Amino acid sequence: MTPRIVLTVAALTIREASRRRVLRALLGLTVVLLGITAFGFSRIDAEFSGLTTGEAMLASSVVLNLVMFGLSLIAALGTAFLAGPTLAGEIESGMALSILARPVRRSDVLVGKWLGLAAFGSGFVTLAGLAHLLVVLATVGYWPPNAAAGLALLAAQTTVLLTLALLLSTVISPMASGMVAVGIFGATWVAGVVATIADMLQNDALARVGTVSRIVLPTDGLWRGAMNAFQDPGLLGRAADAMVGHPFLSQAPLTPAYLTWVVAWMVLMLALAATIFRRRDV
Amino acid sequence: MGPLSLRPKARPADRPADVDQELDLPASPALWCSGLAKRYGKRTAVDGVSFTVGRGEVVGLLGPNGAGKTSVIKMLLGLVSPDAGDVLLLGEPADHPRARARVGYLPELFRYQPWLTAEEVLDLHVRLSGAHVPAARRRECLAWVGLSDRSSGRVGSFSKGMQQRLGLAVALVADPELVVLDEPTSALDPVGRADVRDILVALKERGVAVLLNSHLLGEVERVCDRAVILDRGRVAAHGTLTELLGGHRVHLHLDDVGPDALRRLAAAGRVEHENGSFTVTLADEGDLAAVPQLVSDLVTLGVRVHAVEPRRMSLEDRLLGILRTGREGAQR
Ligand SMILES: Nc1ncnc2c1ncn2[C@@H]1O[C@H](COP(=O)(O)OP(=O)(O)OP(=O)(O)O)[C@@H](O)[C@H]1O
Ligand SMILES: [Mg+2]
Repeated sequence: MTPRIVLTVAALTIREASRRRVLRALLGLTVVLLGITAFGFSRIDAEFSGLTTGEAMLASSVVLNLVMFGLSLIAALGTAFLAGPTLAGEIESGMALSILARPVRRSDVLVGKWLGLAAFGSGFVTLAGLAHLLVVLATVGYWPPNAAAGLALLAAQTTVLLTLALLLSTVISPMASGMVAVGIFGATWVAGVVATIADMLQNDALARVGTVSRIVLPTDGLWRGAMNAFQDPGLLGRAADAMVGHPFLSQAPLTPAYLTWVVAWMVLMLALAATIFRRRDV
Repeated sequence: MGPLSLRPKARPADRPADVDQELDLPASPALWCSGLAKRYGKRTAVDGVSFTVGRGEVVGLLGPNGAGKTSVIKMLLGLVSPDAGDVLLLGEPADHPRARARVGYLPELFRYQPWLTAEEVLDLHVRLSGAHVPAARRRECLAWVGLSDRSSGRVGSFSKGMQQRLGLAVALVADPELVVLDEPTSALDPVGRADVRDILVALKERGVAVLLNSHLLGEVERVCDRAVILDRGRVAAHGTLTELLGGHRVHLHLDDVGPDALRRLAAAGRVEHENGSFTVTLADEGDLAAVPQLVSDLVTLGVRVHAVEPRRMSLEDRLLGILRTGREGAQR
């Protein structure tokens, strides 16, 4: 590994992301989402002022997680459509030719791309997520118990998805790889929801679907960890039975073993992508 | 400068002395490949191609569409993995990225990051190459290809020809010792083509080796020392231009040719004659400058000179000839 090459390519990737229309689209969507958040929470504040704080807290937690889900969806779409076309698109257009003819190892170029995309995606999610939390704090005075961990997990979720998109872009066409990545992302989220409902119904076979999907693509697992970090910890204790299986509340924080798996997963995917990319004719 | 001299005439101030020493050695050629082969599915694109480009030599890679020129070039640069064969770039095995450190490349499909400016594209390539090229040299390089007034313009706003000029600058910017150009003038106007010719001559003077793929044979004829002709994935012919074209010839119509005059003719080159018509293939390759002296000597020896006609087979005729013979041979 040559740090000079990795960092040069990473810087190039960040510059590309910030100079292309993707960034403007992401910013636009984020601003819209911020507006919705501000409006929604001011309504909650108005409606619930007469009710108990427990109910207000529940509503706030659910709505916050809903909003964060919207944000993670924007980030996922944005980065998947940035990462998807990157290698495949550059090979198709011929842009990769002059770069790869330089004294560079292909794995260095790949890792540089990944690093740049991960920095961009994580940076975006962290900043936009923080903006949302501040809006919630200003409107209803709620601050999540574990904001930093929640944001970090959202960033990790984005990184996992763009790793998948990058891997796909070494094998399939530019647009398809972004689309497929988002499709798989959606499917694992649905599998996760199905599994929590299955848990509630004590259907083991169905619950296993969720477990497997969380291992195959860790986005949903990370997302559940992030939700857990954003919601009020007293919530589940107080209304536990009603909350089981709720798609926008989570039962438990993440285990260190799962986080280790996430890291291993990313390394594995990158190694696989590098192996494919190294053999590819451009 | 003579086409065979491998030494650079003048060493540019910034070129380290050891490069010249390297050129003094018979050592490694700029490019060596042997037995290159590539199949795409069932179609054989390249089949056992071997050739060499010496240090400071300009070699043309010629052939009809689909002959496999671009495939060969991509294999040389590690962009396409060969099914068989070996490549050495500047003496290093090409499967190591280090071998490409002093190699510049203009792809046939030239496209550069549209969101960067021309200057930024050069900066990027300098960084990737690991060379130290001061900012002034980078600007010089842009000026060389005629882009100095668009250096801070986004590549996305460039015309096709301007992008190809940028591609040339990219190929030249990191102090290359070998430059591989895949149809460098395909998008250029006549002025641009003349510019490229000047650049090639300048590279030759600096002792930079060039592998040039072009369909513009006039251009190749003017700048190349040698040519490799590919046809259907194989080397159909190769050699110096003199070997390929048979050198310069002079047709002379003469009377009263005595033995002394015959000897004088033989000294100038290989002589064929029939009645009063003499054809001399000049020994001193490439140079017609010897002709006036020859004529004046013949006159002094009492020969009556009716006509003098310098002639050379064009590369185009020769290429067509080679390809036709190859096709007929294959059909039989
Ligand atoms: N990526 C590819 N997939 C399949 N076939 C290919 C590919 N690249 C080249 N070929 C085939 O290999 C052969 C040689 O192609 P190549 O591009 O090397 O020709 P060329 O000599 O550069 O032609 P031209 O003068 O038109 O540029 C052709 O028959 C072409 O169809
Ligand atoms: Mg070609």
